[in-house]
Amino acid sequence: MSEQIEMAKAAIEKNCRLNDIDVNLGQLQLSVDPANLIQVIDFVKNDPSCEFKQITDIAGVDFPENEKRFEVIYHFLSFGFNLRLRVKTQISEAESLPSITSIFPAANWFEREAFDMYGVTFTDHPDLRRILTDYGFEGYPLRKDFPLTGNVEIRYDEIDKKIVHEPVKLQQDFRNFDIQSPWEGTKYLDKEVKESE
Amino acid sequence: MAINTNIEETSPELERLKKLYADKGFVVTSINNLINWARTGSLHWMTFGLACCAVEMMHVGTPRYDVERFGAAPRASPRHADVLIVAGTLTNKMAAALRKAYDQMPEPRYVISMGSCANGGGYYHYSYSVVRGCDRIIPVDVYVPGCPPTAEGLLYGLLQLQKKIRREGNIKR
Repeated sequence: MSEQIEMAKAAIEKNCRLNDIDVNLGQLQLSVDPANLIQVIDFVKNDPSCEFKQITDIAGVDFPENEKRFEVIYHFLSFGFNLRLRVKTQISEAESLPSITSIFPAANWFEREAFDMYGVTFTDHPDLRRILTDYGFEGYPLRKDFPLTGNVEIRYDEIDKKIVHEPVKLQQDFRNFDIQSPWEGTKYLDKEVKESE
Repeated sequence: MAINTNIEETSPELERLKKLYADKGFVVTSINNLINWARTGSLHWMTFGLACCAVEMMHVGTPRYDVERFGAAPRASPRHADVLIVAGTLTNKMAAALRKAYDQMPEPRYVISMGSCANGGGYYHYSYSVVRGCDRIIPVDVYVPGCPPTAEGLLYGLLQLQKKIRREGNIKR
């Protein structure tokens, strides 16, 4: 198997413009610029020594402290050589990535999910809508600056006979469940803050 | 043989009628008792399986727990159902559909909220996408606690609902 990794690695190194290539836990890992993304993914799919024919997932990561805030990671699987590959790329909030739906049609919903959760945009995507969150949802829930409880909550209004959205009003403070002993009970966060003051 | 319910209407007239017809193949009861018997004995439930609670809800219908001996049976359409079992996490996106299903049910209709998530958000109480209790969307009759509740737990909830219907004891809708 390591032989096949070396062959795939050599082919990718020879034909792609990469920032970095690495073998980690028996899996290939590339780092590429957004401008080279399409060329790299097209190559690893069609090259006879790679054959990464299946896209497993597209993952996003938010690093608010970085200038290029979002990291988007493409996961691939090669049936032919039993190999896995990760392609990492970084973009800032203002930039957008090229869509790979022309190469992998299955990436359509993965890209929609990344857009839904992080607000990463993909150029030339056929249908870049939200996929998981509520209709009319505002904000990007997996960004680090998004509050855990969100900004709105819903209830059914008996007078208007419809579901209404209201600002979040928690009946119970957020609890820190990381406790040493179950017998001492939980500490409430606002109480902890007051104690430290 | 009178139908056994909690509220036994007794009056001298009724007792006299019972005696008169008891050995002639007739049953004498009050219309309230009859309606309560009919309502509690055919609680067809609308499955609203949203998460793992749905699996326990399926168990309650299997021969081991056999909820059908109490006259309850799963229905696929809210228009056939008497009781709505909310089994699982109710998300913001699903809330409108839940309300729609509830609105389509014919009166009298009852709701069982099954499990922590449906009762008050449960594990996902602080989530941005989860309704903190399905009673924010529809009125609930019986809350079954647990994560998920056992099939026995849900069965007990159903029996509690029957009790509640008997206690209500009226034909008002």
